Parts: sequence; C-alpha cells; structure tokens
Amino acid sequence: MQRIGVFVCWCGSNIAATVDVEAVAEALSHEAGVVFSTNYQYMCSQAGQELIQNAIHEHKLTGVVICSCSPRMHENTFRKTCERAGINPYMVEIANIREQCSWIHKDKAVGTEKAIILGRAAIAKVLLNAPLTAGTSPVVKRALVIGGGIAGIQTALDIADAGFPVDIVEKEPTIGGKMTQIDKTFPTLDCAACILTPKMVDAAQNENIKIYSYSQVEAVKGFVGNFTVTIRRKARYVDEEKCTGCGLCTEKCPQKKVPNAFNLGLDTRRAIYIPFAQAVPKIATIDADYCTMLKTGKCGVCSKVCTAGAIDYKQQDSFVEEQYGAIVVATGYNPIKLDRFDEFAYSQSPDVVTSLELERLMNAAGPTGGTLLRPSDKTHPHTLVFVQCVGSRCDGGEKGKPYCSKICCMYTAKHAMLIREKYPDTEVYVFYIDVRTPGKNFDEFYRRAVEEYGVHYIKGMVGKVTPQNGKLYVQAADLLGGQQLKIEADMVVLAAAIEPDKSARPLATMLTASMDTNDFFTEAHPKLRPVESPTAGIFLSGACQGPKDIPETVAQAGAAASKVIGLLVKDHLTCNPCVAESNELMCNGCSACEKVCPYGAISYIDKEFRGPNRTTLLRRVAQVNPAVCQGCGACTVACPSGAMDLKGFSNAQIMAEVDAICK
Amino acid sequence: MRDAVETIRRISGVNPLKCMKCGKCTATCPAYDEMEYHPHQFVDMVVNDRLEELMASKGIYHCLSCFACIERCPRNVKPGALVEAVRLAVIRQQDQNHLKPQDIPALLEEALPQQAITSALRKYRR
Repeated sequence: MQRIGVFVCWCGSNIAATVDVEAVAEALSHEAGVVFSTNYQYMCSQAGQELIQNAIHEHKLTGVVICSCSPRMHENTFRKTCERAGINPYMVEIANIREQCSWIHKDKAVGTEKAIILGRAAIAKVLLNAPLTAGTSPVVKRALVIGGGIAGIQTALDIADAGFPVDIVEKEPTIGGKMTQIDKTFPTLDCAACILTPKMVDAAQNENIKIYSYSQVEAVKGFVGNFTVTIRRKARYVDEEKCTGCGLCTEKCPQKKVPNAFNLGLDTRRAIYIPFAQAVPKIATIDADYCTMLKTGKCGVCSKVCTAGAIDYKQQDSFVEEQYGAIVVATGYNPIKLDRFDEFAYSQSPDVVTSLELERLMNAAGPTGGTLLRPSDKTHPHTLVFVQCVGSRCDGGEKGKPYCSKICCMYTAKHAMLIREKYPDTEVYVFYIDVRTPGKNFDEFYRRAVEEYGVHYIKGMVGKVTPQNGKLYVQAADLLGGQQLKIEADMVVLAAAIEPDKSARPLATMLTASMDTNDFFTEAHPKLRPVESPTAGIFLSGACQGPKDIPETVAQAGAAASKVIGLLVKDHLTCNPCVAESNELMCNGCSACEKVCPYGAISYIDKEFRGPNRTTLLRRVAQVNPAVCQGCGACTVACPSGAMDLKGFSNAQIMAEVDAICK
Repeated sequence: MRDAVETIRRISGVNPLKCMKCGKCTATCPAYDEMEYHPHQFVDMVVNDRLEELMASKGIYHCLSCFACIERCPRNVKPGALVEAVRLAVIRQQDQNHLKPQDIPALLEEALPQQAITSALRKYRR
C-alpha cells in the first residue's frame, strides 16, 4: 500500500485568496492512501521544499501530491525535491489549483470545492504511479539557424565563437535580411550597412559557420539533441563553387525589366543578379521567372560572358540532410500588405510609400542614389506626411494586427529628422496616436526631432489621401488643436505594421513549435524563458518571436546562442521516461500506431510466441524505441486493441483520475 | 443616466471603451464642420455618460450616415452607429411631443433622400 503525502500551496495570495487551503488539506487527508496532509505559504521556497523532504522521511512517504501551480511551472522543482529525499521523481503528481482553479474562480467556496476534486484526482493517479528511470540520449554537437538576418547571423556567430559548428539556412540568395535594406539605424544614426556587412563577412569566413543561401528547410525529424533536417538548396542556375561574383553577367543580361525586390520594386534589375554589392555569398542567381533562356531556351548571354563557366541552366533543386543538436528559429518579419487601406491611396499613387520603401529612397545604394525624389516624377518633395500605426493596433484580424509593431515610432522620428537635416526646405508632418519611445536614448531622440528639427508632430490620424494633379491631398484630424486639417503633400509615408514572415507557419508545423494567433512563435515562458520554444531543442531569435528593434534582436540572438551552447556542451541528455510501451500479448499487428507516430518511434517485428500444445506462433508486434518516443500519446489513442500504453500516463491512471473527479 | 448609456451601447452593439482615441473618424468625417461634437468627441461623451448633451445636440441630425468612420475605424468602435443609436434614443423617449404621422408628408423635402432610408440601405447592404 502506498503512503501518500499531500502538500497544498498558498502561492502567497494567488491560491489562498480564492481557495481555502486549510480546508483542502483537511479534506484530502481523509482520502485512501493519504497519511500526511498539510499546507504552506510558498511550497516552492527553500523552507517549503524542506517541509516536503522532512515529511517524506518522517512519514515514510512513497508518493507525493502537490496542489500548486501548473506542472509546467514547478513540476521539475518538486521532482528534484523528492528525488533528494530518496523517492523516485515520477512518484510526484501536481494538482494544478492555480491556473486551472484559483485564477479562474471568484467564489471561494467554488474554488475550494474544485481544488479538492483536482487534489483527489491527483491522489488517484499517484496511487497507480510506478517508479520510472530516465534513460539518456547523445547530443549532436552542431546547431542549425533558420534565417540569416541580423538575428540569425548574431546567433550563429556567438555559437561558432564557443567552438560549435553551426549552419545558417537563408531563403534569399544572400544573408543579411531586412537590415541590409535599412539606411541608418536609430538612435545613433549609424549606417546599417557599415555595422552589418562586417558581421556578414565574419559569418562567411568563420570556419565553424556554413551558410546555405537560397535554401529552405524542407523537413525536420527527431528530437532535442538529435534532429535530422532536410534542406532544399534551390536551383540558382549558377555553380556556387565556380562563380567569382564578378558581376559581368548581371551587366550583360538582356532581360532588364525585372522588378528589383531588394529595392522593393522601386527600380528594375536583370534576370541574373546579385542582390547588392556586399552580398554574402557574392554569387549570382538566375531568376527563373524572368530568364529568357530558362523560359524559351533562346538566349544564353550570361553563359557566354561568364569566364568562370559557372552558369548551369540544367541545375535542379538539390537536398542536403544533416544532423543537429539544436535549432534556432530566426525567420524575422515583413511589413504587411496595404491593400486593405485604400483610404491612404497606396495603390493609387507611387508617391505614397511604406517606410521600408522610404529607406531605399534615402539609401545611397538605393534607386535614387540617396537623393530623396518622388517616385512619380523624380522631383524633390517639399511636404511630407508620415502616418503612424497603419495596420497596427487594430481590433481583430480583418483590418490589421492587434499588436503594436513597436519599431515604427522610432524609425519615423529617424526619417523625419534625416529629411529635415538634409532638406531644410521641407515641411514634415507626423500623425500619431501615441508616441511610444521607451528605450535607452529613445525618447530623447524623438524629442530632438520635435525640438531641434521642427518636425510637426500632430496627435490624430489621417482619414484619407486623395491623389490629384500630381499632389496628395491629405485630410487629417488634429485632436489637440481641435481642427480638421487639409494638407497638400508631395509624399505620404505609411508606417505599415510588421508581421512574421510567411515561411514561419509551415516551419512551426515542421518543428512542432507553438505559435500565437498572430503567427509569432511562443516562448516557453514569457518572462523566465523568453528565447526558448516550449518544444525542447528549439530556440527563438529576433522578430519571429515578436516585434523587435535591432538592439533587442541582437540581445535576444546572443541569449538564444547561450542557451544553444548550454545544450551542446552536454554529451548526453536525460530522456523523458514517460514513453509509450506496447503490450505484445495484446498487440494485433495492425500498424495503426506506426502510422500516427509523428516521431517514427514505432516499428514492427515478427516475434515467436508460445502457442497451445507446445507449438510456436509467429506474430507481428509493435516495438517502441524509447530514445525516439516523445510521449505524445497519439499511439495509445490509435491502438484498437488497447495494447499501447504511456508510462506515467497509463490508461488506468487517466481513468482513475476521471473516476475520482466524478466520485 | 447610466441606464440610458447602457441603452446606447445595446442599440449600437458597440463597446466604445475600445476607442484608442486615434481620431481617424474625425479625420474622415465629411460633415466635420457641421457637427458641434466631432466623431471622436462623440465616442468620448458616450464613454463618459454625457448622453443628455448628445441627445440635445443638433449635430446628430447633421451626420450623413455615410459610415466612413465605421469603415475606417481601426478599433471597430463605429462612431456612426453610436450617432444613430442616440437618434433612436431621442425617438424612443416617452411622453414627448412626437410628430403625428399625418404631419410628416408636409415636412418631407422632395429633393433629399430620407436619412433614415439611406442609412438603413447602407446599414444592411452587406
């Protein structure tokens, strides 16, 4: 017979305010098998843990039930506590009476009743618990970083610095990401390229870093410490080993009318291209959508001019399979499409641009060579109107994003200031709802735009923009001045909301990493584990986790790298012993479990069994590889004969819990 | 008065507390100059239970029910729906001197589309 101890935690007032903890401890003390029951203010504290350990010794407990917060929070803490006191860590059950009880109830009587029921269910389960021993699995000492923007580059550099090999997979022909398109960076106004390109070069030259550019993650298998990843290397129709990046082909290609994606379509490039001069790797890529040779078979100019003989029109996508111990997601962001915001005339006038387009229009390497000119007639604009929060902070998904995009207030202040600095003859208006500039030297930066550069900051929103006779008529509200403004502007700049890259959602499915409703990756804990995904071995870096500016991204990238390093230095990881187990005598060999297993942990073997009258029978039965099984339980549900069971979460245990709840 | 404000919220089906005071409604409103309370102020007055002032205001009849504010409001606050709800609240008052039905034809202006009809058409066009 088991001897069970029950420990009810107050969690300060978190639980005690809506649950009568003493009554819970009292009620549970009468349950079968319970020999000790108590309550304490903070069970997870040093004193609380000692209380548990003393009770284990004093009352010779064999099982422990802790009524406290979610097991996601402290299950591990209490398992270790009990292990130190000499009982198997898997003889501990947590009854979640905080998140699932005290936090959601207002009435103390109701909360108390529910807490007792939850405690009773945990007791029923622990009565059937058996000691489990965790095995170990080896760690592959190589990391994968998905996304080669500033987040991915920084993470890779930091991991490589610690001596571990790391691969970067980047879907574009060059690493660098959004930061390559940015002109200057707030709040110091240093040139983005000047601080980014050395890092790109560092990444390319670091012997621990391998860059798979123009590539995508195709499939992910395995688990923490042991991922197998298939990488698709898209055909760029240029031999990466031979191309010297001389750029001659990009000058001679006769197909000149390809919208230049790097400049956001503000100018054109050739069908064979190198995105920009500092691209890493500096290798040409053929855009198959526009290449005449690939489409009609008639051209071949690039092949003729290439002295290195690098052009290969017959190149196909190829696949690389590689093992990794850890995966870092750094897929970044994109500005949203503005087709739902027709009132700003974005699709009607080329002079209405997004802020990222303005970056290109102000960049020395951009389509205008750094001179700010109106895209429509290439004249100098005199009046510019900036609109903030376009698609940010909207109610519901139809109109835009519900969150604040965070970076717009600062980059708009930067744009306004740079324009006033370079072109003092301009009038710059910024329409804002709130100016949000927390951060080191951030508010000072915004105030400088107002106080020293005379940017007109107006509290209110632009209602509509009407293009007419080469001008943009802006109708807006000045809420503090109490008037409706009508401004004749030359250019309108929209601070479009940012959203996670479209590749993030399918990637999350491959990684079984969770996402929120906005497709941002969720962190394991919003405060205490901000760079880890709840899925073991998956780490988060940069804007894929939420809107972020460059300093924050770099900080998070370093944090993610340190977590990866912490994982890769281990030779072995402790496995989860709560894995599936097949009862061979009941297995009918139907393969239902094998088909549903997402980890490929189940295989079938033919095994001899003893039959009646001294005969032997050959039967096909399922076998679980405990090192690969992640204990998801899909097989236990799929098995028609009830042969599959999950250790620590057996069918009998679950039914005992249900019975206890329904008692 | 609290009850009356609740009525406005119920009639309009709008939660005015969602308003983040961006002023896009006011920036959009074509009848801005005619309305003593501009759309964003109108929402604020509903939030702060200033219904009597709104019901007494002439501005509620100058709203064209063009619903531009409803279209463009990023927060789904629907100032136009609130204006209409206030108009309805005025009509629904008891013991007031309402119009007699037989007097209405004489008051109709032939050239103008009737506001209520126009409003209803716009409201139910989806």
